Parts: sequence; C-alpha cells; structure tokens
Amino acid sequence: MIQAYREDFAAFSANGGGSPEWIAPLRLSAFDRFVTLGFPTMRNEDWHFTSAAAIAEREFRMMLTPGGEVKAADLVPFTFGHPEWPTLVFVNGRFAPDLSNVDALPAGVRVMELARAWRESPDILRRHLTKFAVYDDQSFTALNTAFMYDGAVVHIEANRSVDKPIHLLFVSDALAAKGVSHPRNLIVAEHHTDVTILESYVALGDATYFTNAVTEVAVEDAATVRHYRIQRESTRAFHIGTTQAHQARDSHYISFSFATGAALSRTNIYTTLDGPGGGSTLNGLYMVDGEQHVDHQTRIEHAQPNCFSREVYKGILDGASHGVFNGKVYVHPIAQKTDGKQSNNNLLLSDKARIDTKPQLEIFADDVKCTHGATVGRIDELALFYMKSRGIGARMARRLLTYAFAAEVLEQIELEPVRQRLEEMTLKRFTNEEQGGGRREVGSGNEEGGGKREAAGASMVQEKGTMARGSGSGPQAIVSDSIPAS
Amino acid sequence: MLQVKNLHAAANGKPILRGIDFSVNEGEVHAVMGPNGSGKSTLAQVIAGHPAYEVTEGQVLYDGKDLLGMQPEERAQAGVFLAFQYPVEIPGVSNSYFLRTAYNEIRKARGLEEADPLDFLEVMAEKLKLVHMNEDMLSRSVNMGFSGGEKKRNEILQMAVLDPRLAILDETDSGLDIDALRIVADGVNKLRRANNSTVVVTHYQRLLNYIVPDRVHVLAGGRIVRSGGKELALELEARGYEWMTEGVPA
Repeated sequence: MIQAYREDFAAFSANGGGSPEWIAPLRLSAFDRFVTLGFPTMRNEDWHFTSAAAIAEREFRMMLTPGGEVKAADLVPFTFGHPEWPTLVFVNGRFAPDLSNVDALPAGVRVMELARAWRESPDILRRHLTKFAVYDDQSFTALNTAFMYDGAVVHIEANRSVDKPIHLLFVSDALAAKGVSHPRNLIVAEHHTDVTILESYVALGDATYFTNAVTEVAVEDAATVRHYRIQRESTRAFHIGTTQAHQARDSHYISFSFATGAALSRTNIYTTLDGPGGGSTLNGLYMVDGEQHVDHQTRIEHAQPNCFSREVYKGILDGASHGVFNGKVYVHPIAQKTDGKQSNNNLLLSDKARIDTKPQLEIFADDVKCTHGATVGRIDELALFYMKSRGIGARMARRLLTYAFAAEVLEQIELEPVRQRLEEMTLKRFTNEEQGGGRREVGSGNEEGGGKREAAGASMVQEKGTMARGSGSGPQAIVSDSIPAS
Repeated sequence: MLQVKNLHAAANGKPILRGIDFSVNEGEVHAVMGPNGSGKSTLAQVIAGHPAYEVTEGQVLYDGKDLLGMQPEERAQAGVFLAFQYPVEIPGVSNSYFLRTAYNEIRKARGLEEADPLDFLEVMAEKLKLVHMNEDMLSRSVNMGFSGGEKKRNEILQMAVLDPRLAILDETDSGLDIDALRIVADGVNKLRRANNSTVVVTHYQRLLNYIVPDRVHVLAGGRIVRSGGKELALELEARGYEWMTEGVPA
C-alpha cells in the first residue's frame, strides 16, 4: 500500500507541509528512501520476529485537518493526577491548543508544537532535527521524516532545571480510524540541565489506526533527561515508535518504556554514549494479552570510554500474545572501562503466549565489564502452593505473584505519581476477575474511571512502600525453569 | 479432629504412603517420626494438599469433613496449617503484605470483617515477640535472604498470626541450633490450647524434649510400624530406627 503514501506525499509536499524551505529537500530524500527500502520484511534481521505486513497491507491515510472530539475531561485518566504539569496534547496527530497547557514554564524552558517551532526556534531545529534519527536503513523513520508536521519541541537552556515533568500526550479517538499520524518530537537538554519528559500514546475507544512516531533527544554535557514512554494505544491500533538519544559527556539518559496497548507495537529505544563519563538507564515493562504483539528493540552504543549502562526489561504475556525483545549493547574499540548490565525477564501466563528474546553484546574494547541475560518462565507452582497453604485463593495468589514480578521493574520509576499510577494499572490488570481470561487493557477512558475497582487497586498499592523495600534485586525465583540466554 | 484412614499416596506414580491410620483428638500433640524416606514429610504435605502427590486410596477426615476433597486454600481457611520443611522464597511480596493477605483471606472465608493495616500491625507486633523476630523482617520479601533459622521462625510467625486448629510442623527442627530450637518450641507451646492440635514431624527426638507429645508414631516404608506414648521417642533415641524398621520394605 505504498501507493496511498505516494498520493498523500504528493499532496502534502505540494503545499510545503507548513515547514520552512530547508525542510523540503529533506522530506523528498526521506520519502525516496522509504520507497527504496519499502516496509521491512522478516528477512531483515531486526524484523525477524515481527511482521510489518499488517501495516504494509492496510491503507492508512494522513490525518491533515484537526479532527477528533476530545474534551479536557476525557484526558483525566492519562494525566497521572497532575493536569497542571506542562502538557502538550495532540489529538489524532494534530496539536490541540485548547487542551494544552504550557503557560507557566520557567525562564529558559520552551515547550511548543513543531509547527510553531519552525517559526520561533528555527536554529534549534536546524541544529538537531534529523541529526540523530537517521533513516538510511530505517524505513519507518524515513516515512516519519517525509511526513513530519506535528509533534513537540522541548528546549531547556543551559544550567536550567524544570521541576515539573513535561507531558507530551498523543490521544487517538474514534475519528482516527484508518488514519496515520507521524508525530515528530525533539528534546534538547543543553549542558547542566535536568528535565523529566513523559511521552504518552493513548486511545479513547478502539479504532484501528497507525501511529508512526520518532523522538530525538539531545542530552548535552552533564545533563540529565528522564524520559517515560507510555504506550497504551487501542488494542486494534498499530504503533511504531523510535526514540534516538544522543548523549554528550557526563550526561545521563534514563528511559522507561511501558507498553500495554496496540494490536502490534514496535518500540525502538536507541542511545549513543558519545562522550566519556555518561550513563544510560533503559528499563521497561510490557504486558499483553489476546492476539497482541509487542516488540522492543534497544541499542546502547558505547562510543566513548568510562560510561555505564543499565537495562532491565520485563514482560508479562498472556493469551496468545507474542513478545519480542532484542537488546543490543555495542561497545566501540575506544570505549574502554565500559560497565554494562542488561537483562530481560519474561513471565508467560498461558500456554499459547510466546516470547522471542535476544540480548546481544558486541564488544570491541578489551577492558570492559559487561553482563547480560534473559529468562523465560511461568508462575512458580511451589510459590503458588505456599500461598494457597496460607489460605490465599488461587486467583489472588497468581495475581500477587504476577504483580510482584512487574513491581520489581516499576519501582525503578523515580517519578512518584507515574510509578503509582502504573502500579495501580498493573494491579488492576491482574485483578479484573469478573472477565476471567478475557481481561484486556483497552486503554480507553471509561475503564480508568471505574471508581470502585480503582479504590480496590489503590488500597492494595498502599502497602507498596513495604513491598518495594522488600523486593530488592534478588534472583528470579518466582520464575521457574529459567532459561539462560546465549 | 483429624482422622487418617488407610491413606495411600504416590508421587510421579511411585507409591510413598502405603496405608496410614491414625487419629488426633482436640488438644493433643502427636509426633510422627521415622528414618529418611519413610514418608513422614509426604504425609504432612498430603494433609496440606501439595499438588505433587496423588492420593490413591484412603481418607482424611477433618472435623468429620473430607479434607482431601478441599483445595489447599480451603484447608487453610478451615484451620489447617503446614509449617514447611523448606519455606518458599517469594521475591517482590513483602512478608507483612503476605501475612495480611493470608489473614484477611481466611477471615473473609469465615465471614469475618477484614482487618485494616493498622489493626493488623498491632496483631503482628505481639506475634513477633513470640518468635523473637524484629519488625524489619516484615518489610523484607517473604523468606528472601532469610537464614535457615529465620525461615523456620517465620513459619511459626505465620502460624501464630493465622491461629490454626490443626498445625503440622514438618521438620521444623532440622537445621536449627539449640537456641533457635528453643525459640521455635517455645512459640509452639505458647500457641497450644485445649481446642487445637499439633502434629510434629521430625527425624530427631531432640525437639520432643521441648514439645512433649501425647502420642508418637513411627513411620517406615510408608506405614506406621509402631505407635506409643512419649517414652517411645526416648526408646528410639536409645536404640535407633533399625531396631524397629528391620524387615520393613523401603
């Protein structure tokens, strides 16, 4: 269905795409690249376990005019109880000024939609846009670059800090059906800054649409960027999201990817440690059910010495869902004293669920300390019996063990309201007893609003303080039959 | 209270219990002794409902009800408690949360109101003293990083909180030094009442110096080869298991 993209591109580029002149040749070259590459096939090593055919064979049209019927009240489930945080809202890919709130930013901090940044911050865009997210061999990034029009630009001037997290909230509603959006975000944290970014992709309803997002992050000298990515698209949607961070010396990039939505999702988190003394922390949790497919690809490139990286991804797979984790740590010859740890642990809740996990180390320096590993397991029957023998019912026991598995990585989230909310969602996901095996997080608003179950979840989480302290970083004892990764 | 009748059980198709009969009345303490592989731990686990064992014949009645027809959690809710020989580690679930959940699930099953966290803390504070445990043990994950003695004490703590009518202690003494043994035995004795019963499964007579049984049963080859009063344990200690188990197929 490349034809539909051709037609849309012809129409879109004819009016300049609302962007400055220097962008036009970039768009054209990116679109050419997309046409040459085509959609990735499973012959491509990085797409070995994920078929993009479902996206390639459907016709998705660009959503150009602002659409959607989203009201501020609809966003309550997605704002972590903090609507006052600086927030840019996009509905069906288009900036929604009436729902956004970036009035009270401290000096030296700019948060704006891309269309406005073309006019007001052209230098920042010229310096950084498309510099990190290369599209030579990434057809979805090429496609995004050809069509980039809306998205967020966050710019923190040197030596400034923002105490409130900045939320970039992408909402799709029923009017997104058969549409595609290409959100393009740029985060620039200049030297000695500290900023927390939330990037959420959520749905109201269960339309079939396609989100193809790219976010570039410049983490300059001694800057710290905490970047939470929440993917709760409609369970009929398709989501491709690429984050490419570039880290200068002594910088720290902390990423958390939480993915429960979409029929098919592919999240790429890439970072390059391009100065000495920096660190990358990439954590994530994916939980899917039914026929969902969730794929995470991470790449940490150690391009300079004396950097560290830490990575923990966990997955809980139920129903006939399919998970993929492909984590690469690449250590350049010059990157001596690299200290890297990577792990991926998966819990399969049903016989039909499947996970393909491939943690990879490629080391070309000789003085490094790197470890990696992956486990796949089921709920430990002995732990289950132990709980039952104390009077805890089978369902409650399973839910506790499953939750405990997820909690170990959720507790890494430093931002308290986000951690709490995600913990509640996780608990609720495994407490939805009335629906039996058919439970599913649709990411719809009404599901969140159910006051009664909400309260039950909250009271469980109260205890969390003690749970967190308890869990430590022990071995995967609730997962039995651990399979060491090669 | 507990009647075990002609109980046969197997694991992976291999028979382990070959016809066990004994009864425990309210307020009694029974000791089940026997050499390694005699089936005494299997007996304890079958009563608790361990899924690895299949009951091939016989009956277990608890207050006249068919215990074997109940799920493990139903047995616990009805007042049966097994102190595990090897307590299980559960990362990510704190001891206090685990205990409160168990306590409330049992209360719920009995139609009682659930305890709120503050009330529960009060219950806990008192029980902790019984087994000489510090409060910080509550915030740690269940049995994670506990020493052998701590794990056994944690079992008795759970027993104290859940207040069972029938407690089965599966080799709770093994691996304990004499101080830990005293603490555990002392805890068990303080929990004794006229209307609850205890079955102590042990390899050694040592524990029975502290928890004095009304009856002693000796198991060998999956059968009870002899039953008697507390003096039977002393006799076993003096003469060894061979004295009694000669000629019994393993």
